[in-house]
Amino acid sequence: MAKPASNIAKSSNALMNWVDQRLPVTAFWNATMTGYYAPKNFNFWYYMGSLALMVLVIQIFSGIFLTMHYKPSATEAFASVEYIMRDVEWGWLIRYLHSTGASFFFILVYLHMFRSFLYGSHRAPRELVWIFGMLIYLALMAEAFMGYVLPWGQMSYWGAQVIINLFGAIPSIGEPLTEWIRGDYFISDATLNRFFALHVIALPLAILGLVLMHLVALRENGSNNPDGIEIKANKDENGIPRDGIPFHPYYTIKDIFGVAMFLLVFAFVIFFWPEAGGLFLEHDNFVPANPLVTPEHIKPVWYFTPYYAILKAVPDKLMGVILMFAAVGILFFLPWLDRSPVKSIRYKGLWYKIMLALFAIAFVRLGMLGMSEGTPAQTVEMRVWTFVYFGFFVLLYFLSPGASTKPLPERVTH
Amino acid sequence: MPTDGVNKKRRRFLVAATSAVGAVGAGFAAVPFIKSWKPSARAQAVGAPVQVALHGLKPGQIMKVQWRGQTIGVLRRTQETIDLLPEVDVDLRDPQSLESDQPPFAQNEARALKDEFLVVNMHCTHLGCVPQLLPQVGPQPFEENWKGGFFCPCHKSKFDMAGRVYKGVPAPANLKIPPYSFLDDQTLVIGVSPEGAV
Repeated sequence: MAKPASNIAKSSNALMNWVDQRLPVTAFWNATMTGYYAPKNFNFWYYMGSLALMVLVIQIFSGIFLTMHYKPSATEAFASVEYIMRDVEWGWLIRYLHSTGASFFFILVYLHMFRSFLYGSHRAPRELVWIFGMLIYLALMAEAFMGYVLPWGQMSYWGAQVIINLFGAIPSIGEPLTEWIRGDYFISDATLNRFFALHVIALPLAILGLVLMHLVALRENGSNNPDGIEIKANKDENGIPRDGIPFHPYYTIKDIFGVAMFLLVFAFVIFFWPEAGGLFLEHDNFVPANPLVTPEHIKPVWYFTPYYAILKAVPDKLMGVILMFAAVGILFFLPWLDRSPVKSIRYKGLWYKIMLALFAIAFVRLGMLGMSEGTPAQTVEMRVWTFVYFGFFVLLYFLSPGASTKPLPERVTH
Repeated sequence: MPTDGVNKKRRRFLVAATSAVGAVGAGFAAVPFIKSWKPSARAQAVGAPVQVALHGLKPGQIMKVQWRGQTIGVLRRTQETIDLLPEVDVDLRDPQSLESDQPPFAQNEARALKDEFLVVNMHCTHLGCVPQLLPQVGPQPFEENWKGGFFCPCHKSKFDMAGRVYKGVPAPANLKIPPYSFLDDQTLVIGVSPEGAV
């Protein structure tokens, strides 16, 4: 019986050789998987990237199936979503996969970004990894916003009204610009139709391209790690980093474990809590869009509320809009704002731990306040946390070069 | 390939010239795509004037109609309301409507052709929500000295009974007044100024 088996092995080898001479499959696998050495001290925070990639695939896949039933027209959109939910077999699951997937995408992306704040993953020579990541984040925000408009509920409509009018704050070109974005004098069928086109093809293509650049730039220098030291600085006689382990099988197995744990939570939410009490899908969005009635309380979905709170905190239209965009824009400069000689929080000292904790609290509190009614007391609190949010970056720039640090280890720690 | 005898200056010129021509071509090619996003001929045609019959509107009542997709409020003000207007002037950002958007005939205290009827674009000048009419005079959670007016639920902007914006709110200007005129005592036309259509 041994003979036929070896024959199969022989012919599959021959096939692989034939392919490799025409398409470098084995070489690519070796370069990016078995021959790619990643630091051996990855922890919980290093699950987020691969999970975000998986959620992207889930979004594309479920999105393709939603477009088979959805109608991008102001008169039909709302009813077609309800049709998907009620009449299409398993339509509710596909829709909830997509809508819950959007929120989980942002949860993962925010944790993924916070990892950078912890371990300095954006620091030289990985600035472009961060920049491409930020571009993905921007494209993702546009993608999510336009996706939220598609069901054409009240919050879709009025959310679009508020967000598009943000551009109206730009002096002189603002008004014509909003008209150009809407394609009409108000949010209408034309707006919905173009948002659909951008949501299902233009932005997903852009996101896929940016993800590719993010990964290529990452592989060029390899991943950072919780100690923030370069494993390539210490190689053995074969030129392999002493603190590196092959990505495959070690991290592919680790990531598959992460996927299993994630899907457990994801499935639970989809089956038992898909609207998350109005957090993932707001109650007002189950009412068809009505241009004559503004909902009592307009708020974006949770992942935008920190920035929305900053907008609300400023009692001036143009300044509010500028500050809100600045809150996102300042993140692009993070690799150059942190001038500390060490990358990781582990060697930065107490000052950074306190600042980062305050920054994280500010982001979460702003997110909560962004959903609130906005009483005078809440407005004051929004201003305080807005101050803390921007203060983090300013203090980081001035404190990081001079602050005392702990000595870096020679090798990664456990 | 031998590179001696290559005229580098000429090569650079050709590269630059080709790039420039290519960029101009790309610029022209972008125009149709950018312009395709503007309101279409159909969308422009739908923006015709709207006639509103006023006989059912009692003093103190508001009626909302749509013109060019905007919510236009027609508020029939009582004489007391009109008399109270000057009292809030000190709390307003632009009481004389100098920096606000309205036809010349409405640049007055009542912001109207006839003081009795306020015809106003209901979309908040901040981010376009539609404020609620709160006509009762008396203290409100958001304003001690409330003489009636409009309150935007989105970002707490306040306007008086002539659509004039209060100080210290996010809205930068008074509510817009659309062009309008009266066909007769009972009929309002939105979209046509007394001088003619816009």
